[in-house]
Amino acid sequence: MKFAGLVWSNLKRRKLRTALTVLSVLVAFLLFGFLGAIKQALVGGVEMADATRLIVRHRVSIVQLLPVAYEARITRIPGVVSISPQTWFNGIYQDPKNFFASMPVAPASFFDMYPELALPAAQMQAWQATRTGAVVGRALSDRFGWKIGDRVPLVSPIWPKAGASETWDFEVVGIFDATKKGFDTSAFYFRQDYFDEARQNGKGTIGWYTVRIDNPANSAAVAKAINLEFENSPAETKAESEGAFAQGFVQQFGDIAVIVTAILAAVFFTILLVAGNTMAQSVRERTSELGVLKAIGFSNEHVLSIVIAESLLIAALGGVLGLGFALLIVAAAAPALATYLPGFFLPAKNLVAGAGLIVVLGLVAGILPALTAMRLRIAEALRRSA
Amino acid sequence: MSNDNNEVLVDVQGVDRVFRRGSEEIHVLQKLDLQVRRGEFLALMGPSGSGKSTLLNLIGGLDRPSSGTVAIGGERIDGLNDRQLAAWRARHVGLVFQFYNLLPVLNAQRNVELPLLLTSLSAAQRRDHAVAALEIVGLKDRNSSFPTQLSGGEQQRVGIARAIVTDPTILLCDEPTGDLDQKSGDEILSLLQALNREQGKTIIMVTHDPHASARASRTVYLNKGRLLAEKPE
Amino acid sequence: MSNWFSQAASVTAFSLRTIGQRRGSVLTTAVGVAGVAVVFVGVLSIAAGFRGTMQSSGAPDVAIVLRTSANGELSSVLSREETQLIAEAPGVARAGGVAQSSAELFVIINLPDKKTGSDANVPLRGVGPAAFLVRDRLQIVAGRRFEPGRNEIMVGAGAARTSAGLEVGRKIKLGNNEWDVVGIFTAAGGSAESELWTDAAVLQTSYQRGSSFQSATVRLASPESYQAFRDALTANPQLKVQVQRQSEFYESQSGALSGFIEIAGFFIAAMMALGALFGALNTMYTAVATRVREIATLRALGFGAGPVIVSVLTESMLVAIVGGTLGAGAAYVAFDGFTASTLNWQSFSQVAFAFRVTPALLVQAIALSAFIGFLGGLFPALRAAKIPIAAALRET
Repeated sequence: MKFAGLVWSNLKRRKLRTALTVLSVLVAFLLFGFLGAIKQALVGGVEMADATRLIVRHRVSIVQLLPVAYEARITRIPGVVSISPQTWFNGIYQDPKNFFASMPVAPASFFDMYPELALPAAQMQAWQATRTGAVVGRALSDRFGWKIGDRVPLVSPIWPKAGASETWDFEVVGIFDATKKGFDTSAFYFRQDYFDEARQNGKGTIGWYTVRIDNPANSAAVAKAINLEFENSPAETKAESEGAFAQGFVQQFGDIAVIVTAILAAVFFTILLVAGNTMAQSVRERTSELGVLKAIGFSNEHVLSIVIAESLLIAALGGVLGLGFALLIVAAAAPALATYLPGFFLPAKNLVAGAGLIVVLGLVAGILPALTAMRLRIAEALRRSA
Repeated sequence: MSNDNNEVLVDVQGVDRVFRRGSEEIHVLQKLDLQVRRGEFLALMGPSGSGKSTLLNLIGGLDRPSSGTVAIGGERIDGLNDRQLAAWRARHVGLVFQFYNLLPVLNAQRNVELPLLLTSLSAAQRRDHAVAALEIVGLKDRNSSFPTQLSGGEQQRVGIARAIVTDPTILLCDEPTGDLDQKSGDEILSLLQALNREQGKTIIMVTHDPHASARASRTVYLNKGRLLAEKPE
Repeated sequence: MSNWFSQAASVTAFSLRTIGQRRGSVLTTAVGVAGVAVVFVGVLSIAAGFRGTMQSSGAPDVAIVLRTSANGELSSVLSREETQLIAEAPGVARAGGVAQSSAELFVIINLPDKKTGSDANVPLRGVGPAAFLVRDRLQIVAGRRFEPGRNEIMVGAGAARTSAGLEVGRKIKLGNNEWDVVGIFTAAGGSAESELWTDAAVLQTSYQRGSSFQSATVRLASPESYQAFRDALTANPQLKVQVQRQSEFYESQSGALSGFIEIAGFFIAAMMALGALFGALNTMYTAVATRVREIATLRALGFGAGPVIVSVLTESMLVAIVGGTLGAGAAYVAFDGFTASTLNWQSFSQVAFAFRVTPALLVQAIALSAFIGFLGGLFPALRAAKIPIAAALRET
């Protein structure tokens, strides 16, 4: 610790260079944090998945519908605890650009199925008392400034409403929050019974079921039993764990994610190179000074640690600032992005990984110059000053 | 430490120092013997390339002889490894350089404190020692000046303060006045002389300036890696 | 003036001669700028490739008709009567008295991805007899077309590449029906290459769609007939449809994804450029610092400040342009033509496409590199010009 002053003074020697190096490291960690948050938004669903939930959908694709009668048959299958239906409604609010997810659900079974979402009891009662009632996630209500009591007209390209107008009118009766960080609150839910009664076509069908099972270890067996139940029927099913379902979705984005990750590795590598070069320059310039330190009794290890400490300090300054800025930017952008990229946040594990990366960067950038400094022959180093 | 004036402090015996440049061997020092007693102020003279600085480096533990022995205060240092030598230097040697070699990023006091970082002294003790050393060299009011704000003579005084702050066994000066004008050089020599006479510091000074060697209590001459009996013509 | 140039040239020559001594830091600058170029070209070639695929899907004299409220084929429904009215509308091209209008179904099926083995959404299109006239760039490259009335499919080359089990002669099972893969086709790089095609009538039966369709794709008599065709349909009270040129339709279907990739690409490249700029500044400041005496000497000999500035800027831009060109070249080799597929959210289905490193991208990347070099050299150059001559000459 008593060398801290010396290390700090050295960094202050070329303030501009130190600042530029810190900035380039900052940029790398800003990108690291930012892309971590994007990745979290893309793959977060897989981590958020509950191992005791299965998704049951039409075997041909999720676009195909399942009969509502399946609900009772699935409930009877051993291992199944509860079931909740959902359907992709694709509601459009004013303009197709205002995209958000909208689904008809059965109020009670839906919130039982997702303890990650919390709706105040009074609002749940109001929903059950209001046929055209809808509940919206916090992020969505923030985006459009919706309050309880607001009327929201939606048009669905898939599900026109029966009657004179094809527009669906909903009343916001509740706003739900996530009880778990990163869980999506950008969706719009309304009542399945109202939906089924008021739609023009497709009555008696739903999009997919979410099924809760008693034991995650039975997940594969229960999924198989469900698929077997409907084998050779007009609507065969594909049941899989929520995690596998989410994973499948992520994989659909496929190669792009891999390529972008690879490119990012290149970004990082490049910036590390730049930082390492600066450390090397700094050591080259100070050859004679390091020689003096050794002459007056500083050991090789002292000199090595002083140079490494400088490098670590630069990495730490840039890294902490970069991650800090990333946190700020992500936090600031999250509400605006909440409905496009729900789950856009910087998870703690990325910060831990970032901290690790700071140490690695500091060591890697500093080690070669530090070894050069350590191996300096005193007599030669001193002669260079002459 | 006894104060016996006849005690041999520096004992160099049969020292060779060979450098290799490619296939060529350069014998910088050959079968050299030198004894310096405690309390002496020895001037080491000789033309460029005579091996003065190499000899000083061997005595200061900055370098090891190719053969022969170097003992300081009865302790053999020619066989010590890098780490042991570094620790030994920190305890026993004060170095004064021709170009002062102060760290430009540290002020005078922090420069003087540098060698104390290797001791177990507290921050307050380090500061007190540094202030005392700066007072001895006559710079007590320039504690917070940076090297670039000091004249050459002043920088060399800071260099001397840094060399004596640990109260080393021996003070080694490599052309301490080589980069100074006559007046500043004289002041530095007076300072060294005072340290030798009043504080009993043993000093070995490499120089090729007769003015400087005149201040020493004894002068030896080196030529082509050998000590001469007396001043060459 | 010529004196000024020769001064600048000789000072630049001096400075370039010292590059060898500074090769470590010069090399890192070049690599840094090359990295920026690789990333810039790489990411934007994805967007360019995706957009290119969607653009070559559309022709100006082809129109697509969907139900008014639909935001894509998937959410559209048209009855048989409606598709007949569309075929009879003015402006539709006719060949031998038959309207070149294809009433189509568009469904999504799941097929395992070749690489990951997990399900991917693949579009299955049921087409009418006129489909091959409407989409005249379609070419069979293996096997043959499907025969109407049979459970046969032909597969786009992109789909055949990314999904498992789509070789000619294989069977695939969808629901309770088995389908024979009978051919592979290309469509001039358009998105149809990501699709599976079969007879609309067969698809209606196996998907219990009765007699309904989802869209109608129509060849117009000429690109100019579009307005008349569109007006006729939208004015017809029996129809609730929207009409778009095929090119516009595909543009709108790809806008969100390519827009997202472009924004992300620009953002990443900009951040990286910033990082590389800091590196370049460091290198050039150091270059100037190591040459302080030399520059001061030249100035003392009577060289002007201008040539000194030019020499620093030249070196910096040269290094950056060389780095950027190498990076852009490497990106061209690595990414151009690289085939990939992704989920296009707007059609909820996989689109296979090839990365496109366009000449414009290469030029932009090199221009960006030059800009980094310019900024990276400018401030150090100004510092070099301001070196106090007398003091610098004394410096050791």
